[in-house]
Amino acid sequence: MTRLALSKALNEGLRKALENDPKVLIMGEDVGKLGGVFRVTDGLQKDFGEARVVDTPLAESGIIGTAIGLALRGYRPVCEIQFDGFVFPAFDQITTQLAKMRFRSRGNLSLPVVVRIPCGGGIGAVEHHSESPEALFTHTAGLRVVACGDPADAYEMIQLSISCDDPVIFFEPKRRYWDRAEVDTAGGLATALPLSKAKTVASGTDVTVLCYGPMVRTCVAAAVAAGKEGRSLEVIDLRSLSPLDTGTIFESVRRTGRCVVAHEAPVTGGLGAEIAARVTEECFYQIEAPVLRVGGFSTPYPPSRLEEHYLPDLDRVLDAVDRTFNY
Amino acid sequence: MAVKVAGRAASAGPARHGGQPEPAEFIQLLTPEGERVDHPDYPLDISADEIRALYRDLVLIRRIDFEAIALQRQGELGIWASLLGQEAAQVGSGRALLPTDMAFPTYREHGVAWCRGLDPTKLLELFRGVSHGGWDPKAHNFHLYTIVIGSQTLHATGYAMGIQRDGAVGEDGEAVIAYFGDGATSQGDVNEAFIWASVANAPIVFFCQNNQWAISEPLERQSRVPLYLRAHGFGFPGVRVDGNDVLACLAVTRKAMQAAREGQGPTLIEAFTYRMGAHTTTDDPTRYRLAAELETWKLKDPVERVKAYLVRTNSADEKFFAALDAEAAQVGARIRKSCLEMPDPDPRTMFENVYAEPNALLESERDQYLSYLDSFEEDAR
Repeated sequence: MTRLALSKALNEGLRKALENDPKVLIMGEDVGKLGGVFRVTDGLQKDFGEARVVDTPLAESGIIGTAIGLALRGYRPVCEIQFDGFVFPAFDQITTQLAKMRFRSRGNLSLPVVVRIPCGGGIGAVEHHSESPEALFTHTAGLRVVACGDPADAYEMIQLSISCDDPVIFFEPKRRYWDRAEVDTAGGLATALPLSKAKTVASGTDVTVLCYGPMVRTCVAAAVAAGKEGRSLEVIDLRSLSPLDTGTIFESVRRTGRCVVAHEAPVTGGLGAEIAARVTEECFYQIEAPVLRVGGFSTPYPPSRLEEHYLPDLDRVLDAVDRTFNY
Repeated sequence: MAVKVAGRAASAGPARHGGQPEPAEFIQLLTPEGERVDHPDYPLDISADEIRALYRDLVLIRRIDFEAIALQRQGELGIWASLLGQEAAQVGSGRALLPTDMAFPTYREHGVAWCRGLDPTKLLELFRGVSHGGWDPKAHNFHLYTIVIGSQTLHATGYAMGIQRDGAVGEDGEAVIAYFGDGATSQGDVNEAFIWASVANAPIVFFCQNNQWAISEPLERQSRVPLYLRAHGFGFPGVRVDGNDVLACLAVTRKAMQAAREGQGPTLIEAFTYRMGAHTTTDDPTRYRLAAELETWKLKDPVERVKAYLVRTNSADEKFFAALDAEAAQVGARIRKSCLEMPDPDPRTMFENVYAEPNALLESERDQYLSYLDSFEEDAR
């Protein structure tokens, strides 16, 4: 076991993937000498060369479009989109091409492309650098969408995503890049939790709190705080946003009878809405209260001096938990 | 012409540097009258047999196109994008490819598909609504039709970058050809593809069929410079070829593909041609262009000029033309029959090939929908 920051865990995972499969490529803006603006690809170009760790021209549609072509030729490109708000020039290629090629070709073509996107706010950034666009991708058939929440998952999930034959949108919680935890980089992936599975990060009996990415740490802290007040929260890190591990979600909600979904993205039309609908359909006779959502407001992401009001924090999660007991 | 000039002046201001392409500056090896001409940069040593074979391609693909339009008019296809007028650009470039080369088409490259050996029935599947394409691109090195304008040029460029990484550039190298139209040259993706290919020196030929019209918009809505000249700004050669001259398209594409295979990087070919039909069967060109324009281009017909050459040089006799007519009729009848016999897909196939791995959500939606369908059958009993 090694103690690694989340960004370094991703770096180690990428390194493993490059070592294990000569077809794996890394491509993006500033991923080479600079090592990416968050240093996630630090040192990889030096060790694997410019043909495998590619500093691309500054155009996101081009990154994804050429990655599709490379995948058609048998490569497994891992693309970095520098910030969440810059994925939109590539949105066309991702949704009209990357997501649909297997279906269009009736299974003749696979596009094993990973699109890494640092997501979420909390770093005091300017506009377009703090967004959470995951629902746009979970709404798109043909994409796998995942989010890592801690260094150990970051290390394993990036490798599992690269070996996945479907395109994977891989969200990285940018304000957690510097979180450190023990990561087992010696063992293989044989014992890793499958990419499609959610993970219970705190067991509890009173309320199920569903979260992912940057909100995992917040929700675990909320569970600790709630515990001190005698309320037992079960926190589940969804990890896979598409497909959802509904088995794990339903089992927990049926036990606790209450459910709160927390994400940074606006709640309107967000992933929490989808989860609420499904939990209501499947656990209707076991739930004691409506599924409540905690998330960003239905506004554009605000200037950073306001982001502490926008981002759901421990208190807003606990407030939602309290409200589920009001029914 | 006067109408166009007035239109320009009203919307785009006075032309500063050549809004309209200069008249007919292009590579030509066979005149509209069917006379062979030479070009110093594009010598073409071609036998009468080979020219007859090209003529056969042109005639058959025009017949397939004709049959498909008829099938659409009869309600058997949802829509059809006709290649009428662009046969020479497609057959010339298509026959310039080696089996190991890879082609990335738009949705109108029926002639290239024919040259790559794809059964035309597969194209009808898409336009009938039976599939979104669904052929195996690896079987003929002919990618699926791409409907979003220009997207495929980036896929083609990435594929070419893969060829480089495979070390398949040089002697016996491989190359890629990316097809697109004049309208697509305004798309960001096409410009990004030019940049990527140029920076990577990728083995790719960008083959632009400038058919003068992007649905209803004439070329001057897309560009104030001739399209082939744009290549220079990106750092690779651009060449304009008479897109209605199958021999010139063959020679120019061959040379560009060979350069790409050998590691000399990309070329932009602008095949100057004309969309003689509608954009698709849903379109009505009488709303936006004059009939006289079509009449002018009919004199440059890509099929007729080869016939004129074959007759003029006694390279083909009546028997040849009669046999070819019979073959065309047969091909037409065959694809008509396959189209009519095409079964509608089973609804359960809708839930297949969305993901590589089994997906519980899709399985559950499928099962629920199938039992919903079954409930009607039970009611009927």
